[in-house]
Amino acid sequence: MSETPQLREDPESPGRWVAGGDWTLPHAARLEALAGDAGVRDARAVDARSIERLDASGAMLLWRLARNAGIDDDGRLQLRDDHAPLFAAVQGVCHNPPRRDAKDYGVRAMLARVGWTVEDNAREIIALVAFGGAALLTALKIGWNPRRWRITATVAHMETVGLDAVPLVLLLSFLVGAVVAFLGSEVLAAFGAEIFVVELIGISFLREFGVLLTAVLLAGRTASAFTAQIGAMQSGEEIDAIRTLGLDPMELLVLPRVVALVLMLPLLTFLAMMAGIAGGMAVGATMLGISPEMFVARLHETVEARHFFVGMAKAPVFALIIALIGCLEGMQVQGTAQSVGERTTSSVVQTISLVILVDAFAALWFMEMGW
Amino acid sequence: MRPGEAPLAPRECDFSRPAIEVRGLSNVFGAQVVHADLDLTVQRGEIVGVVGGSGSGKSVLMRAILGLRRPQAGSVRVFGIDALSDREADRLAIERQTGVLFQGGALFSSLTVLENIMLPMKEHHGLPDDLVHALAWMKMRLAGLPGNAVDKLPSQLSGGMKKRAGLARALALDPPLLFLDEPTAGLDPIGAAAFDDLILKLQRALGLTVFLITHDLDTLYAICDRVAVLADRRVVACAPIREVERFPHPWVQDYFHGPRGRAARREA
Repeated sequence: MSETPQLREDPESPGRWVAGGDWTLPHAARLEALAGDAGVRDARAVDARSIERLDASGAMLLWRLARNAGIDDDGRLQLRDDHAPLFAAVQGVCHNPPRRDAKDYGVRAMLARVGWTVEDNAREIIALVAFGGAALLTALKIGWNPRRWRITATVAHMETVGLDAVPLVLLLSFLVGAVVAFLGSEVLAAFGAEIFVVELIGISFLREFGVLLTAVLLAGRTASAFTAQIGAMQSGEEIDAIRTLGLDPMELLVLPRVVALVLMLPLLTFLAMMAGIAGGMAVGATMLGISPEMFVARLHETVEARHFFVGMAKAPVFALIIALIGCLEGMQVQGTAQSVGERTTSSVVQTISLVILVDAFAALWFMEMGW
Repeated sequence: MRPGEAPLAPRECDFSRPAIEVRGLSNVFGAQVVHADLDLTVQRGEIVGVVGGSGSGKSVLMRAILGLRRPQAGSVRVFGIDALSDREADRLAIERQTGVLFQGGALFSSLTVLENIMLPMKEHHGLPDDLVHALAWMKMRLAGLPGNAVDKLPSQLSGGMKKRAGLARALALDPPLLFLDEPTAGLDPIGAAAFDDLILKLQRALGLTVFLITHDLDTLYAICDRVAVLADRRVVACAPIREVERFPHPWVQDYFHGPRGRAARREA
């Protein structure tokens, strides 16, 4: 068993202290207490020759003890010969440790954080606008030259962001359609107007839910994937390699993703609209006594096509938001694994918030325009 | 250990035994035999350089000694304790006696340099924060880092600084046995020479035993007491470098008597 460290005053010669035992890291807490002992501060000499084992941590605490007594550099601290080099090495480096700043949790720190966050967000917005402009410029530049369109990459992305997302979009839209129909019928039944469920489902899905559900799903599914893909390339210096080879990452990586999403999101939106209406129809047929024929006939009579166009018009805008933020955040990754994680989270949060924000303003605008 | 938790007593090490004893070690990956019946002994207080071609299993040997990889056969003892044991107390004892500097530094990227060094001390010994802070500062300076590195994140450090920070963290628990995986790889010659000096200085001052994997001939000549050559799936030679360079194995001859080997020997 390792020896507990000891420090006691020599009974035969007062003022002379004798240290013994193991002065090692596991005993550091006890050693610190010994070194701070009031009696030792008046020591005239310390004999450390009977210390059994000494490691760097023990040497530092021994130095502290000697310094407290003011005898650290005048030979009144006696060491075993084999401990002397260690003590000398440690003595040379433990002066002036920096002050430990306690973390500030007060009002000032809160205000500072709010300030930083606002500034960060402002920077993000400027970066996003600039990035959108750069993407547009690249698109215009290569637009004249079809040989530089990355058809293969674009089609591959169309498959992963579009086709692979079809089952998920269909299932979730169907379920939301069913839930909306069910809840709506509960309220409408009080007025004996259950048949209005058809308008409720038709208008809400064509105008809002179809495109919004799809955009939120793709924000979670695709924006995060874009950020992680490009972010991993960024941290592996692949983006820099692309640049040094005289290629343009915007053309190679960003445009195919943006184009693929702008093409696929409207198609998925259409599927989501149909699935939502099918969900409503299913609830109508099974629980409300509205047969599918009746449902479709009423849909024809009462729901105008403009609702469909309003919904569809938003799809490419949302696609741009999702693809651009996803790629931009990926480009902003810096080196570490933690940075990839932070950027991916940030890209999902930003896309979902921005999609809902834009949707809210669009709803107001379309209503004012009477469309 | 967290404060208040009953400490699990680690097994006592027997410091009269050699630091590392490897006997009959076999490591096999699928059809590829990396080590077969490998023996190696590292005495206390010496610096042993381990050399070998790419794929000769230097890192695998280190991982087997550290218990990061279970070998197919053989025994490994660190200060007399069975390193392949499943007993928690044995594992804990070995973890506290060994420090490792991984090739890329393997610093925790979300912690600052000082927090990286403080982490093992806090976790293992549950010491008060102020004391851990002062000890970590001392370790950091001992590894030759400048004072302003305290608050830096690993991503803000140069390659040489990362190695020094990794070394400081390896020394956090004051281990008597240090493993260094290619400590000078990726450093410029001046930085590499300075790092060699640092290792030697620390080894002398702290009385360390060092297991050092390297490709750097200058390191071998400058600081290693003995050199172990890994070839043909085992240690073909383990002796002071002047004896090893005369050893008649073809790989050894190519290595020490190629153009780079000649240059390093002339300087030394």
